[in-house]
Amino acid sequence: MITETKPTTYTITVTVNGEEHSLEVESRLLLVHLLREKLGLTGAHVGCDTSHCGACTVLVDGTPTKSCTHFAVQVDGREVKTVEGLATGAELHPIQQGFHEEHGLQCGFCTPGMMLASAALLEENPDPTEEEIRWALSGNICRCTGYQNIVKSVQWAAAKMKEAS
Amino acid sequence: MTAVESEHKGWLGRSVKRKEDARFIRGRGNYIDDITLPGMLYMAILRSPYAHATINSIDTSRAMELPGVVVVVTGDLLAEHKLAWMPTLSGDTQAVLATDKVRMQGQEVACVIADDPYVAHDALELIDVDYDPLPVITTPQAALADGAPVIRDDKDGQTDNHVYHWEAGDADATEQAFADADKVVRLVTHYPRCHPAPLECCGCVADVNPATGKATIYMTSQAPHAHRTVFALVAGLPEQNIQIISPDIGGGFGNKVPVYPGYVVATAASLLLGKPVKWIEDRTGNLISTGFARDFYMDGELALKDDGTMTGLRVKMLSDQGYAFADAQPSKFKAGLFHIVTGSYDIPAAHVVTEGAYTNKAPGGVAYRCSFRVTEASYFIERLVQTAAYELDIDPAELRRRNFIPAEKFPYTSATGFEYDSGDYEPALDQALERVGYMELREEQKNVRKEGRLLGIGLASFTEVVGAGPSRQYDIIGIKMFDSAELRVHPTGKAILKLGVKSQGQGHETTFAQIVSEELGIPPEDITVQEGDTDNTPYGLGTYASRSTPVAGAATAVAARKVRDKARKLAAHLLEAAEDDLEWSGEGFAVKGAPDRAKTIQEIAFAAYTDMPEGMEAGLEATNYYDPPNMTYPFGTYAVVVEVDRGTGAWDVKKVVAVDDCGTRINPMIVEGQIMGGLTEGYGMAAMELITFDEDGNCIGANFTDYLLPGSWETPAFELGETVTPSPHHPIGAKGVGESATVGSPAAYVNAVIDALAHAGVRNIDMPLTPDKVWQALNEVGLAE
Repeated sequence: MITETKPTTYTITVTVNGEEHSLEVESRLLLVHLLREKLGLTGAHVGCDTSHCGACTVLVDGTPTKSCTHFAVQVDGREVKTVEGLATGAELHPIQQGFHEEHGLQCGFCTPGMMLASAALLEENPDPTEEEIRWALSGNICRCTGYQNIVKSVQWAAAKMKEAS
Repeated sequence: MTAVESEHKGWLGRSVKRKEDARFIRGRGNYIDDITLPGMLYMAILRSPYAHATINSIDTSRAMELPGVVVVVTGDLLAEHKLAWMPTLSGDTQAVLATDKVRMQGQEVACVIADDPYVAHDALELIDVDYDPLPVITTPQAALADGAPVIRDDKDGQTDNHVYHWEAGDADATEQAFADADKVVRLVTHYPRCHPAPLECCGCVADVNPATGKATIYMTSQAPHAHRTVFALVAGLPEQNIQIISPDIGGGFGNKVPVYPGYVVATAASLLLGKPVKWIEDRTGNLISTGFARDFYMDGELALKDDGTMTGLRVKMLSDQGYAFADAQPSKFKAGLFHIVTGSYDIPAAHVVTEGAYTNKAPGGVAYRCSFRVTEASYFIERLVQTAAYELDIDPAELRRRNFIPAEKFPYTSATGFEYDSGDYEPALDQALERVGYMELREEQKNVRKEGRLLGIGLASFTEVVGAGPSRQYDIIGIKMFDSAELRVHPTGKAILKLGVKSQGQGHETTFAQIVSEELGIPPEDITVQEGDTDNTPYGLGTYASRSTPVAGAATAVAARKVRDKARKLAAHLLEAAEDDLEWSGEGFAVKGAPDRAKTIQEIAFAAYTDMPEGMEAGLEATNYYDPPNMTYPFGTYAVVVEVDRGTGAWDVKKVVAVDDCGTRINPMIVEGQIMGGLTEGYGMAAMELITFDEDGNCIGANFTDYLLPGSWETPAFELGETVTPSPHHPIGAKGVGESATVGSPAAYVNAVIDALAHAGVRNIDMPLTPDKVWQALNEVGLAE
């Protein structure tokens, strides 16, 4: 009986965008809700509830992770990066600049997840081919752009990062 | 005095980078679920598991006992306030919460309001509903069969499942054309039910202040002003006490035009409880209950002469409306603008007969980047023309060319009554053929066929009708389809532009600023574009059917020109010259022949508040409610090349070329972005997107596992081209582009697959062209491996 079950809670410690937080959370609390409701970081969006669309993508220890199907307790002791942590102060991450320069976004709802998945790709593979970019982003749905400009945005960022290194 | 020195280049046609990006790339957009108000409660909806059932009882007592639950709202409670039913945008009724029966799977039955969203969802499982299942109807053909159970038995006088009958064109002239025809070619096809599936689902935060009675409703609305009026009519609230605020919208595509039960219940609950109530739809709720698209069964014939001249077209169409007629479309046109079905062709006689039927499925219908059923019409004619090309053994490109409305015939009145504003179809076709390498591909097709490979080339030369619309013909629930702009120039020469439309990703903050920049010389970065707040923008019908640029874009240009007229008077005063002696430089006014005697728009704006001439009102602003004199008619030719796998039925897109003519392009980057988005959604419809039902009315396609969307891996690359034929009646010649590619491209993809199989006699496969269906077709003609 649901009415008689008190939810189990756990205390977790998680580093989000470089800042450490200790929180008591229900075992069933989803990571996306931890970020959005408890920490006020609304850049990760819920688009499908089932891990298909990728609007909720964040990085957990650098790996793109769909936070709508990841429990908050699973990030205990880990590092999470959200779109709010992409820029360094006022300086945008090259991927953010790339999306702006190449018109890689329209409604903006998929954009945080897209950018984080792209940033993780470039971390691993600084000079990806178009095919590699399309494969890396195949878990992130965009309904507006048709992906071609997203691919260009990632290529723009790759070139920019190469120039800087 | 400041001389106007720089050479003015104009702001139209510039790919200005988007102003709205700044917040989105930082994760600082403000979507509906990002809004949190003090003391806010959360709502969850219990939906019917049955497609058709009588409700015997709803027991909410266990749910009410769950700690954190504030109230459970049922239809009976709403009925006490006459809110159990609401009007649709087509003048029908739709249940807010079911009382007597449920009439579709996923219908809203009860709502839980709780202090926590998880608890609200827990409580749904504690509501006991006693249903008696009833026979289910999932096709319009079954709905109209003799003896079919009457779905809308709640409506007085409704004795069957028939919704509407509507005709266009001339039946007698068309019959004569068919009697005189050398050849008659027929196509029977279903444009299946699909769904706009914007990445953000619907939702609202309703905040009714018990002290003032003011209802502030944040909602995912493509048409906030129209929704305010609907709320006033439904709830009986005084309209000045309703403020709809549509924040950033995560994609709409028509899905966020209708009013949904969730909005109404959340508002009623906030009114009842005196606290803000948030409702955020889940993806399944979105796919099974909100505005779907298409579901048109089309059966039509083309009359031709032996030389390929088209002489007549007749089409019968049957639409599946679901359990309520809830199309958000102009009142006069019961099947939307489906009668644009003569397309780009000079067909002297045409007749269209349309019927609609109720079924046990979700209501909706016109959504998904569709321009009021232009999508179905365009698909049908482009498929039929290709069928005719095979039957007459004339190349599909050549058959199109022979029948295009010639450029010199514009403005052109079609056989079904549209007056096409402008067009020049051959250059777009020529460019598409050139870019795709059409002649070489036809050779290659023959050659590879000898090796047993199946290459197909598909074309679509579509014409759209958008920009609804002229008040003499176009209204939604009686409200004429004008749109509006209010422009204020501040003392420092910066400006705010307020619009009645509402962007969902189209980039209005940039493109509409560019229109003002073009007219007034104020750069886009100095102009704020405000939309979506009904207390702070002028009334308008909203953004859908590609109407923002044709209607609100025109309103913006006219408002800016009014401002410029006043600026001229101010400049004359400042320069001590006669108004007629001044000329506009693009950045201000100068005395003719004395360019150093000039005032910039910024200097003039300052004077509007500090140094106006005797008798002139202070301020520099203007408003325009624009009633378009005609619709606009964007067009283009798309070419798609595919190779079909004989072993699996899968088809690989080798090339997509899209040549669009949307008149003047305000921001080419944004225009191309719109086109590529539409080409992708068109590919989704052609290849995979399908909302279907089993015989019990269970929705198959209720999540993204079953409702497939194209991702970056499947989506092909696009090559774009353009021609520019301005609209002669639009102030800046723009026609609208948001839907061209979803209207034009599905036929191009399908025609390409059919073309690969046509030599074996295949003429039609209904969308979506999933590998299993293509393999079946291959198998039937002996091409399968």
